[in-house]
Amino acid sequence: MIVEAGHFALILSLFVALVQAALPLAGAQRNDPAWMGVAAPAAFAQALLIAFSFGCLTYAFVTSDFSVAAVVANSHSTKPMLYKVSGVWGNHEGSMLLWVLILAVFGWAVALFGRNLPPSLKARTLGIQALISVGFLAFILFTSNPFDRAIPAPFDGRGMNPLLQDPGLAFHPPFLYLGYVGFSIAFSFAIAALIEGRVDAAWARWVRPWTLAAWSFLTIGIALGSWWAYYELGWGGWWFWDPVENASFMPWLAGTALLHSAVVVEKRDTMKAWTVFLAIVAFSFSLLGTFLVRSGVLTSVHAFATDPERGVFILVLLLIVVGGSFALFAWRGPQLTGGGLFRPISREGSLLLNNLLMSIGAVVVLFGTLFPLFAQVVDYKMSVGAPFFNRVFVPLMVPMIATMAVAPLLSWKRGDLPGAMGRLWAAGAAAAAAVAVAIAVATKTSVWGPIGLALAAWLAMGTVVELAERIRLFRTSPAESLRRLGRMPRAAWGMTLAHFGMAVAIAGMTGAGVWKVESIQTMKPGDSVNVAGYVYTFKGASEGRGPNYSYISGVFDVTRNGQPVTTLESEKRIYPVRGMPTTEAAIESLFLGDLYAVIGDPQEDGSFATRLYFNPLVAWMWAGALIMVFGGVLSLTDRRYRVGAPVRRRPPAAAQPAE
Amino acid sequence: MKRKHKRLTFVIVALALLGAAVGLVLFAFTDNIVFFHSPTEVNEDAFRTDRRFRLGGLVEEGSVVKEQGTVKVSFRITDLAESVPVTYVGILPDLFREGQGVVAEGRLENGIFVAEEVLAKHDENYMPPEVAESLKASGKWDEMSETMKKQGHVTKGATQ
Repeated sequence: MIVEAGHFALILSLFVALVQAALPLAGAQRNDPAWMGVAAPAAFAQALLIAFSFGCLTYAFVTSDFSVAAVVANSHSTKPMLYKVSGVWGNHEGSMLLWVLILAVFGWAVALFGRNLPPSLKARTLGIQALISVGFLAFILFTSNPFDRAIPAPFDGRGMNPLLQDPGLAFHPPFLYLGYVGFSIAFSFAIAALIEGRVDAAWARWVRPWTLAAWSFLTIGIALGSWWAYYELGWGGWWFWDPVENASFMPWLAGTALLHSAVVVEKRDTMKAWTVFLAIVAFSFSLLGTFLVRSGVLTSVHAFATDPERGVFILVLLLIVVGGSFALFAWRGPQLTGGGLFRPISREGSLLLNNLLMSIGAVVVLFGTLFPLFAQVVDYKMSVGAPFFNRVFVPLMVPMIATMAVAPLLSWKRGDLPGAMGRLWAAGAAAAAAVAVAIAVATKTSVWGPIGLALAAWLAMGTVVELAERIRLFRTSPAESLRRLGRMPRAAWGMTLAHFGMAVAIAGMTGAGVWKVESIQTMKPGDSVNVAGYVYTFKGASEGRGPNYSYISGVFDVTRNGQPVTTLESEKRIYPVRGMPTTEAAIESLFLGDLYAVIGDPQEDGSFATRLYFNPLVAWMWAGALIMVFGGVLSLTDRRYRVGAPVRRRPPAAAQPAE
Repeated sequence: MKRKHKRLTFVIVALALLGAAVGLVLFAFTDNIVFFHSPTEVNEDAFRTDRRFRLGGLVEEGSVVKEQGTVKVSFRITDLAESVPVTYVGILPDLFREGQGVVAEGRLENGIFVAEEVLAKHDENYMPPEVAESLKASGKWDEMSETMKKQGHVTKGATQ
């Protein structure tokens, strides 16, 4: 009964979305306040209906209702409660329901917080948002209904893929979707602005918080995914340039570019068409990502069983959205002319450079990801390897990171590059020191190691220099500096933290990418192996049982120079419901690197295959991502960006103080 | 600086960056694309390559041999028409099993495929599209999907 109610609510929400798309859009065109007024309550109703529907599906999973096909295929009565709940979105049907739920909730949030929006802009934004809803609700109802019944109902389910039974991965999809779908708001605002033919500073202020929220969620989602791959797959890596990973990385690149170009629109009233274009691109990448993951057209190590027919439906949706919005952009975009002039060496100029590099980076990733698809057309089966991405993408990011430290020190309109470089002497010194350290302690020679660490040090110190400039450290009394520090706007703190987090993450990527030490062998109890100065001694293995699996656990003692460091316990689990093994790597994060041990299959002579790593600085990567997200969230709480707070006004004629 | 000049500067910078990117792509591309071949293709007389490539198919039943005291494994990859011997040094992914789809990346040395990487997958029901293709090409796809159905595998509805 509850399942039918959920299904019915979902069908009803499709009709609500149709109304929410048709009336407000037509109303805005006819300037009819009553029709436009439908948008907000409809958005509320739609979100409520989908939330109810999602609640019904969750209920079916939690109570293990095996008369529902999706529950049978993905759940089992013995599964721990956390994974019964995460099982709701741990499958195709449920994850699409989560997708539209987030879409509708975002729409509702726009209606709720957007009280100050001009009525026509609000109506159009919500109308476009509803159009996207219509597409995805139809997709769910016609091709992937989560409420389909299984007749006859079996006694128990087939269980959930054990790899997904993990706290990291339980929350990875929701965050990723919050990011993907969050860009739909920027997209809807962009389309609405194109219809209105008007983009100004106020528009940018409305779009920024949504973009920032989406960006923060996407950053968490990607970081969680790579962290999961790192500890769950047991091969010590964290990024493989796999199509599914690239699918989440491309919207991140476009979104980061959008975040920065929206600043220029807001402060300087220029780069408008470009910003609108980026808003369209960011969401298009999100849809492309959904398509690549859902359709399984590309071979991916992260792929799960897929269904090409559903892929076609998403492809058609993608083509309509991308084709329609780019056509609209080609028609209306040229009308969005900018105001503020600026020199190439200026804050705007450097932000534009950042945008160019980010976009080119995204295009390169897109090319590498989709090339195998095009090759298939001429009957070549191939894949583009990770070395391609490393060799092309990494060099493109070098000037980007180098500029990141300089840009905040340049003023708007006309920057003083020699002056900025002069003030960055500390950052230059830090970079030189990093190169020296990298060469001195490196276990293997590499060009990229010193470059990566130098960039990280340059950016970190550059960010600190910018902060010191802002509070006039050492150039005024300490009390005055402290007062300035206290009065710094949260958005400024956000930028400082996000840039600093990026520096920390780069250090982590460099360390783990360049200096990883790996050792694979068989070990008998008592055997020792030296990995980068850490001696791993295999103490032996034992068997045991978890809630819905049995395991073999291997214990390793780690010492350095004879001093005990830690004890690692790695598990190899077998989930009887699917007969599927998983590996639980044992990881101890030290400040300078991770000790990482994996136990493999037992051999006939009583030894075990083992895989041992020392991953220098790897944890810094996720720490950096956390700092970046913290910066994003802090920035969101800035009073000036409180969602919907800004009122449309003429930008002040005088140049604003540098922020 | 006039608006026109300003715009010109940016166009030049953008083109230079784009040119650099295209250069990097061309430079890195030819060395790093990895072709996919089926066992039938590899066993053809005309097949010659010293490049890295991907070999995909099913792990032949009863072919997996672990060498004692080392982490060296040998097995055969088959498309049910032809098969190729493979060796791999390392720990195989959790879902590596006889009779299941597999993709290995490496080089052919004296008729033996030396795998540097055996690609893991996350879902026992997932079949890499190339493997499905090569099974279809060898005319054994129907046979395969029948056995899979009998073993209770679903071909739909798993997840990310």
